[in-house]
Amino acid sequence: MSFQRVAAIFRKELRHIARDPRSLGLALVQPLVMLLLFGSALSLDVDRISTMVYDADQTSASRELIRQFQGSRYFEIEGFVGNTKALERAIDQNKILVGLVVPRDYAKRVAAGQNANFQILLDGSDSNTASIAMSYVNSLVQGFGNHLRADALSRHAGRTLPLPIDFQVRIWYNSSLESKNFVVPGLVAVILVVIAGMLASLTVAREWEMGTMEQLLSTPVRPAELVLAKMLGFFAVGVVDTAIAVLVGIFVFDVPFRGSLVLLAVTSCLFLCGVFFWGILISALAKTQLVAYQMGVATTFLPSFLLSGFIYSLDSMPTVVQGISHFIPARYFVTILRGIFLKGVGVEVLWGNIALLTAFMIGVFLLATWRLSQKLA
Amino acid sequence: MEQWNGGHNSGQPGGGRDHGAQGRAEPGAEGRAEPGAQGRVEPGASGPWAVEIDDLVKKFGDFVAVDHVTIRIRVGEVFGFLGPNGAGKSTVIRILCGLLRPTSGRATVHGFDVATNPEDIRRNIGYMSQKFSLYDDLTVSQNIDFYSGIYGVAKNRRAERKEYVLRMADLEERRHTMTRLLPGGWKQRLALGCAILHEPPILFLDEPTSGVDPIARRAFWDLIYDLSEAGQTVFVTTHYMDEAEYCHRLALINGGRIIAAGTPAALKDELSSRTLLQLDSSDPLESMRALKNEPEVDDVAVFGGGLHVTVQNAERASVRIHDILAANKIDIRRLERIPPSMEDVFVALIEQQARGAAEPAGSAA
Repeated sequence: MSFQRVAAIFRKELRHIARDPRSLGLALVQPLVMLLLFGSALSLDVDRISTMVYDADQTSASRELIRQFQGSRYFEIEGFVGNTKALERAIDQNKILVGLVVPRDYAKRVAAGQNANFQILLDGSDSNTASIAMSYVNSLVQGFGNHLRADALSRHAGRTLPLPIDFQVRIWYNSSLESKNFVVPGLVAVILVVIAGMLASLTVAREWEMGTMEQLLSTPVRPAELVLAKMLGFFAVGVVDTAIAVLVGIFVFDVPFRGSLVLLAVTSCLFLCGVFFWGILISALAKTQLVAYQMGVATTFLPSFLLSGFIYSLDSMPTVVQGISHFIPARYFVTILRGIFLKGVGVEVLWGNIALLTAFMIGVFLLATWRLSQKLA
Repeated sequence: MEQWNGGHNSGQPGGGRDHGAQGRAEPGAEGRAEPGAQGRVEPGASGPWAVEIDDLVKKFGDFVAVDHVTIRIRVGEVFGFLGPNGAGKSTVIRILCGLLRPTSGRATVHGFDVATNPEDIRRNIGYMSQKFSLYDDLTVSQNIDFYSGIYGVAKNRRAERKEYVLRMADLEERRHTMTRLLPGGWKQRLALGCAILHEPPILFLDEPTSGVDPIARRAFWDLIYDLSEAGQTVFVTTHYMDEAEYCHRLALINGGRIIAAGTPAALKDELSSRTLLQLDSSDPLESMRALKNEPEVDDVAVFGGGLHVTVQNAERASVRIHDILAANKIDIRRLERIPPSMEDVFVALIEQQARGAAEPAGSAA
């Protein structure tokens, strides 16, 4: 390994990057756009569900029921209507997601201790949101029903009776269960993968197309020096991107940061090296920039997006897919990022993931070097 | 420019082997003499041969690109490798530069074996590939700096080497110009300059003048002579016949085989017994067909817009040619005796090779 040669290639790579302001701009702006887009739009939270009410009963009991919905942060009462038809129309026009119908005899049945009914109309075209809304309605009604039952029993017994079972939930790490806290740290990993795929996957293929690769191979430059120097060139951009992503996450999205900044920096560097080596490997496999780019997208962005646990929970995937996810380095980095950001844990917990990330980086470096030396066939 | 008529590619090996290499001096394989990153190793340290190629074969699948090639190149020589596109010139050069592995046979460059010591070779050669291998988005000066770095030119020599290259390539005024903006001839000189920054004892130039205008080509050959005079060995491939005449020695290659080797004068002498006529007519292809079976005519080949006709006796043949073409209603614009050019030599040798291989040889024209 010659420092002089690595330095020469490194300087050349920086010049390429600086000479191509479009790619550089893209590499710096893209993370911002992705962060803002995914961080705010990719909200998995369902709250303030637009709801409309048809209260046929118009009693204090029915109003008590409706108040439960009004008091909940998950429902937003958009208004009251006079018949069921109007509710259906509102659902058809995508004005509301939930329609609440209280029948005429609701109060009477409650007072009589009979089974009182009311109807919920749900827009099921978005099944995910609908099922979440349904579960909100369920728990709300269950709670209200228990409350009513306890009231009735208390009246009957002449004293206050406690509920037989009650539970207090305390959620750790993301106490408000906000999806941005879950999405943004993972997003850092996906952003770095995208940048690496975009920048690095073209680098060797471009040299093949220009004919400079053959020239380089006729010089004393060794494949390992080439791979290392090229990676270092991109590394500078990658570090800036990481900083942007982390800072925006903390200061714009208010994602809590509880862990060690040093550990974050070290693990990010490991991951960056790994994904850049991967990009260079792809580039060495493909002879044209177009093929390299397609391979880059197919092997970096998609798996990291789908199989890293960044959004889609790995636990609910088929076993085979879960197995495949073990080969996606972003999976380990997403775990590390969440650990550092939300849980504030350190090496004592994350060492396994860090070790796998390191193994990935070294493995891909060796593969890329081997692949380049194979070009001399 | 490229008329390779009469190219029968079905010859027997050994039609005409390297006449130039009688002596076989084994370069001291251990004569490494520490080839420092830039210090030129004295020629004596690796024997008198800069390049030795022994029975080299390179196959790509079933295709034989290089077919038992044997060549010796002396230190300080400008050695030309002449042949049509696809003849195997580049393949040989790429093997010598360690970019391809030979299928069989042996080759040494500066005393180092291409199969076992490619890294030692890479320190001692400069290579200029067919494409100008420069970075378009770097300036002239940045390209030179880059190659200085990867060739390991010592820090204290860099400025001096850079100025030398800029002066040599006449790029002193353009050092901050973006390389992509340079005209072809300048790019080519810069590429040469970058390949000699580390003062390699051996220089491989693969079609260095393709796509460059004739004046720039001439200037480029002047540079090659300068390097040769300074003691550098230059191995250059070309398909330009006129350039072949500039080389000290030549090997003609066709279909992966060396069909002749020697000095340009010696190669032309081989044809001195033959008589060549230049024939310009109103319909060259039809003339060629008409003359093919004439006993007075040995061979007909297309050259540029006309024909070169090889005959035994100019007087008798001229009469017959006039008769035959008149019978075919073809006008003769010019019919006269000319001295053979390198191209004639080449075509004649290919014909000879083909005839030696299989009789009767079908005309590929």
